[in-house]
Amino acid sequence: MAKMMYRDAVLTTIAEEMERDENVVMLGEDIVGGMGTAGGPEAIGGIWSTSTGLFGKFGADRVIDTPISESAIMGAAAGLALSGKRPIAELMFADFIGVSLDQIWNQIAKFRYMFGGKTKCPAVLRMAYGAGYNAAAQHSQAVHQILTGMPGLKVVMPSTPADVKGLLRTAIRDDDPVVFLEHKALYGMKGEVPDDPDYMIPFGHARLSRAGQDVTIVSTGLLLGFCESVADKLAAEGIGCDVIDLRTTSPLDEEAILDSVEVTGRLVVVDEAPPRCSLGADICALVAEKAFASLKAPPLSVNPPHTPIPFARELESAYLPSADKIEAAVRKVLSYR
Amino acid sequence: MQLSRDALLRAYRQMKVIREFEERLHVDIQTGEIAGFTHLYCGQEAVAVGVCEHLSVEDKIVSTHRGHGHCLAKGCDVNGMMKEIWGSREGLCKGKGGSMHIADVDKGMLGANGIVGAGAPIAVGAGIAAKIDGKGHVAITFSGDGACNQGTTFEAMNMAVVTKAATIFVFENNHYSEHTGYKYAVGTNGDIASRAEAFGMKVWRGDGTDFFSVYETMREVLEYVRVPGNGPAAVEFDTERFFGHFEGDPQRYRGPGEIDRIRAERDCIKKFRDSVTQAKLLSGADLDAIDAEVLEAIEESVRQAKAADRPTAEDVLTDVYISY
Repeated sequence: MAKMMYRDAVLTTIAEEMERDENVVMLGEDIVGGMGTAGGPEAIGGIWSTSTGLFGKFGADRVIDTPISESAIMGAAAGLALSGKRPIAELMFADFIGVSLDQIWNQIAKFRYMFGGKTKCPAVLRMAYGAGYNAAAQHSQAVHQILTGMPGLKVVMPSTPADVKGLLRTAIRDDDPVVFLEHKALYGMKGEVPDDPDYMIPFGHARLSRAGQDVTIVSTGLLLGFCESVADKLAAEGIGCDVIDLRTTSPLDEEAILDSVEVTGRLVVVDEAPPRCSLGADICALVAEKAFASLKAPPLSVNPPHTPIPFARELESAYLPSADKIEAAVRKVLSYR
Repeated sequence: MQLSRDALLRAYRQMKVIREFEERLHVDIQTGEIAGFTHLYCGQEAVAVGVCEHLSVEDKIVSTHRGHGHCLAKGCDVNGMMKEIWGSREGLCKGKGGSMHIADVDKGMLGANGIVGAGAPIAVGAGIAAKIDGKGHVAITFSGDGACNQGTTFEAMNMAVVTKAATIFVFENNHYSEHTGYKYAVGTNGDIASRAEAFGMKVWRGDGTDFFSVYETMREVLEYVRVPGNGPAAVEFDTERFFGHFEGDPQRYRGPGEIDRIRAERDCIKKFRDSVTQAKLLSGADLDAIDAEVLEAIEESVRQAKAADRPTAEDVLTDVYISY
């Protein structure tokens, strides 16, 4: 086990997979950084430091620095994947799916189905998402609720460096298109990471990060850590929480959620995207439909409000689900007897 | 360069297959037996065939909503296509794609596309792959005078130049983007090639109603793009669309007698026939024999499509993912 940051888990996994398979190529804006400048290639090395050194190691054919052209980046990933390559396309900010959505939604996600199952599109679409940097309404969003609703895509949201390692490797080796959502506020998170160069985590298998008998808390990404701190606090009071890290929102590990709720009878989903048609609403509905008899309280979803993401520190803090809001929701479901 | 007799016969047959395939669909669609939206390629056959006769299966093409001609020219199976358009589970895409989504990746045909302008970025990716592989293969995107106005096409042209992708932008100007004239919608006074040139590409122009013009132009374009390191190129072919934007289009935008005139004066198949018979390269009888054989092949494809298995409700659920 080595200790490394979430961002380094991204970088090292990409490097290992590019080393292993020459068909793996990477493309995106400023992933090399400095092209065409006095500073020269790698003057920057990617704004998230998730591609540092790859250009020098693998060359311009496999580390393709693109213009600011998100549709063309996603479209090129589609064309590369249909031509036998395994592209890793980076959107600098997940919010930019708006510019490139046709290629993700109408093209990459649908090729296999539209073409009668006779092709594959092994593209990984990496994107940095999430609030916490006061980056305001167009650079802070959690976009999983949009992409999870698209048949044909798999959607991954790692919460720890170890999960980045295992899930990104699975994504790169997967023959289906995978959206890999990296939380900006987790890039600096440190954690133990397995050394095994083939360490992979299968999609659709949630991780139980805290175990308890009284409440089920379901989350992933940045907010998972908030849920864990709430669970730790309540444990001191003798309240036990199952904290389920979904890891992937598509496929969804329904079984892990239902099995837990059958024991606890209480559910709180903590979701970084707005409430309408959300992951939280979806999981509450799932539990209401399939574990109704086990429920001791109405399932709750903690989401930001139905607003764009505000800029000022006070406003962004008020917008995001916090440990306090999660704790209040847990106490609310516990209040039903 | 003079084409061999076999090459001429093959080119004529390919154009004729597209023509009869589309003419037959035009008739059959009116019976209501074929579902969905269909956009016919009639009139533009010389472009698809003049381009694809130069290509191997290793070369890729990305097509449009008006894609039947490109698919047939690239080698997609006639019967498989007809079955697909009729919605059979024996169709090329098991009845899940239909007219607008026919694809056969093994033949280098990366898909027709229902979204105008979506193909160009995909062909940039395929062109980058060809560049990486370094074997002189190319990727071609067909775009009309409608798609040329999409931002995706602009992004793709710039990205192809920047990455030196082995991509060729073939613009087919059939004078109508859906129901709007190109002189209105293409802001460069209707000139598409000059726009591509402004992105830094070498460009060519040709007569899309003349197979020989397309074929010879594409020989030059391909000679250039197949050289590793040269990067992309673009070519604009002026052509004609004999039918409406979609089947059922009342075409009230056409001028008086326009369709009769373009069919009489700008029909690429008539021009080919006149040209090769006058030059005594092929005889009328040679071509008549192909006409009869193709008509029978299309008739057979319709017979097969009507008799083919229909998909079932269970088929809805398959082919979304490889594993899930």
